[in-house]
Amino acid sequence: MDRTITYADALLEATDLEMTRDPAVFVFGIGVPDFKGLYGTTRGLLQKYGPDRVFDTPLSEDGLTGMAIGAALAGMRPIHVHIRMDFVILALNQIVNVAAKSRYMYGGTVKVPLVIRMIIGRSWGQGAQHSQAIHSFFMHCPGLKVVAPSTPHDAKGCLIESIRDDNPVMFVEHRLLHYQKGPVPDGVYTVPFGKARVLTQGTDITVVGISYMAVECLRAQRSLQEVGIGAEVIDPISLSPLDMDTIAESVKKTGRMLVVDTAWTACGASAEIAARVVERLGGSHKLQVQRMGYAPVNCPTTKNLENLFYPNGQTIASTAYSMVHDNKKTWSPTYVEAPEIVQFKGPF
Amino acid sequence: MEKLEARFYRSLYRIRRVEEEVARVYPTDKIKSPVHLSIGQEAVSVGVCEALQKEDVVFGTYRGHAFYLAKGGDLRRMAAELYGKATGCTKGKGGSMHLVDVSVGVMGASAVVATTIPQAVGYAFAMKVRKENRVVVSFFGDGAIEEGAFHESANFAALRQIPVIFICENNLYAVHTPIRDRQPPVPIYRRLEGYGIPAERIENNNVDKLYERVKAAADEMRRTHSGPRFFECMTYRWKEHVGPNEDFQAGYRGRNEAEPWFENDPVRRMGEKLEAGVRKEIERKVDSEIREAFDFAEQSPFPSDEQLYTDLLAGA
Repeated sequence: MDRTITYADALLEATDLEMTRDPAVFVFGIGVPDFKGLYGTTRGLLQKYGPDRVFDTPLSEDGLTGMAIGAALAGMRPIHVHIRMDFVILALNQIVNVAAKSRYMYGGTVKVPLVIRMIIGRSWGQGAQHSQAIHSFFMHCPGLKVVAPSTPHDAKGCLIESIRDDNPVMFVEHRLLHYQKGPVPDGVYTVPFGKARVLTQGTDITVVGISYMAVECLRAQRSLQEVGIGAEVIDPISLSPLDMDTIAESVKKTGRMLVVDTAWTACGASAEIAARVVERLGGSHKLQVQRMGYAPVNCPTTKNLENLFYPNGQTIASTAYSMVHDNKKTWSPTYVEAPEIVQFKGPF
Repeated sequence: MEKLEARFYRSLYRIRRVEEEVARVYPTDKIKSPVHLSIGQEAVSVGVCEALQKEDVVFGTYRGHAFYLAKGGDLRRMAAELYGKATGCTKGKGGSMHLVDVSVGVMGASAVVATTIPQAVGYAFAMKVRKENRVVVSFFGDGAIEEGAFHESANFAALRQIPVIFICENNLYAVHTPIRDRQPPVPIYRRLEGYGIPAERIENNNVDKLYERVKAAADEMRRTHSGPRFFECMTYRWKEHVGPNEDFQAGYRGRNEAEPWFENDPVRRMGEKLEAGVRKEIERKVDSEIREAFDFAEQSPFPSDEQLYTDLLAGA
């Protein structure tokens, strides 16, 4: 019998289970053992596992990422957590030049079983340096795996899979997803990489939603249903490896694909998915492909502009509607601000 | 038990002769990759690595032939790696700048300055929490002191009392830029006081002193699980930054600056401490090993096309 728990609790549970199972697993990062425990995702672990396995760090993202790689080379399984994904930019040298390349450069004689958890910090005026999602940087580099689960079920299973993987895994979490509740099995299970999840069936349009945008795409799908449009919503879960079989099968059926990312579209995950669909199906199928993501500017803090910066259920539904009508008709459902955004209060 | 001098000389002479052989082969274009020779700097790797045990671990820099050999890396597989052959220590995927031999604790090197320093700290952190009696050495140059990664690593190692030995090979240059144009005129080792890390300078390519001091530090770390140590090792690069030649004619440094280092050549001086017969026998064996290793590299096959795609991901 599945319980209903939050995404944040699912992450804590996954970490706890794996730390109990494997003494090589340790978790660290700025704020990991403090009283807030990174939104509760690491709360209580210090008391249970002690300061060798659960610890805070100096403000040294670059050095501590390299430290984690060294520990992984020595056979440990580090989980490095960043309260905002934006800080990971300070660690790009270690991630791109070392984590991604060590196994190949060393002729297969080493492995780097490292998990880097990174939180996208949308909402409540987070501003330009606390809101960006840079998962496509990492999708660009061979040697890294990139996952961005959207449900509590997949968050738990994916984190366990990430910890057990012998490669560096970039684990992307959206701040707004931490509140989402859903059915999560007790005990240990894994969600395999490279397998997308079809969230709803539909024959009119394929809507691919990345990370938190999967939630907004489901809202759009429900609105579209009311005007007689069946949207097949797909959550890729795993961005690298990417399950193009499931996505391409769906697009073959619907002939239309809208990819919605919680990031910019230029050179992004949505560009990659669109390109791969066209490479596979272009010429042999009638195709309509569009992308949505952040507005091509930096994220403002003021509420009315911030709302325009992000795609939402309304703008996604409206775009999908026009695509289904060959861009000859427009329609828009009433804008209802997502409850997790309404409920979001500071200071974080 | 073999005398220390003989051990030191074998290691010093072997590194010198291997690199002279690299320099000799280089113009034939059989080594199609940048090489950064350690000629002139061998004493640091030898003094440090002779003080370590096989199960200890070293991380280093792209100027890595010396510590790879001094720590016990396989010469045949090193030569093959330089030739880009499938029999190389990383199957032709790492090259001169990334020599690895996990079986003897050579954990590799980065082409990007200071990059392996935090990995050495992390490896040592793992040893500390597993209560292993091993130590980790991090080799880097004076240029690495200017990178944030060095300071982040030193701070963390001091904070958590991690058993890592930092070895700064101060050869006075980063590429072609002298240290006076890059750093304030305070000796590097003195800056470590700020982190509470015991630090000292070893002058003049002194292999005996370095051996003695590093051995004492490593033994103490093994016994007491004490925290990091730092050694600033003064040394000098005889050849150009990258490539097999001298570059005194380029004008950024004068031959007069190098003369005292030539005169104080630790390879020759160590050889002079040995009886002629003992020395000749060491040289004969090393020369024959080098001939054999370079023949092995010459005759080994290149990797097959399929090997472009192997070794990317574990479990794939």
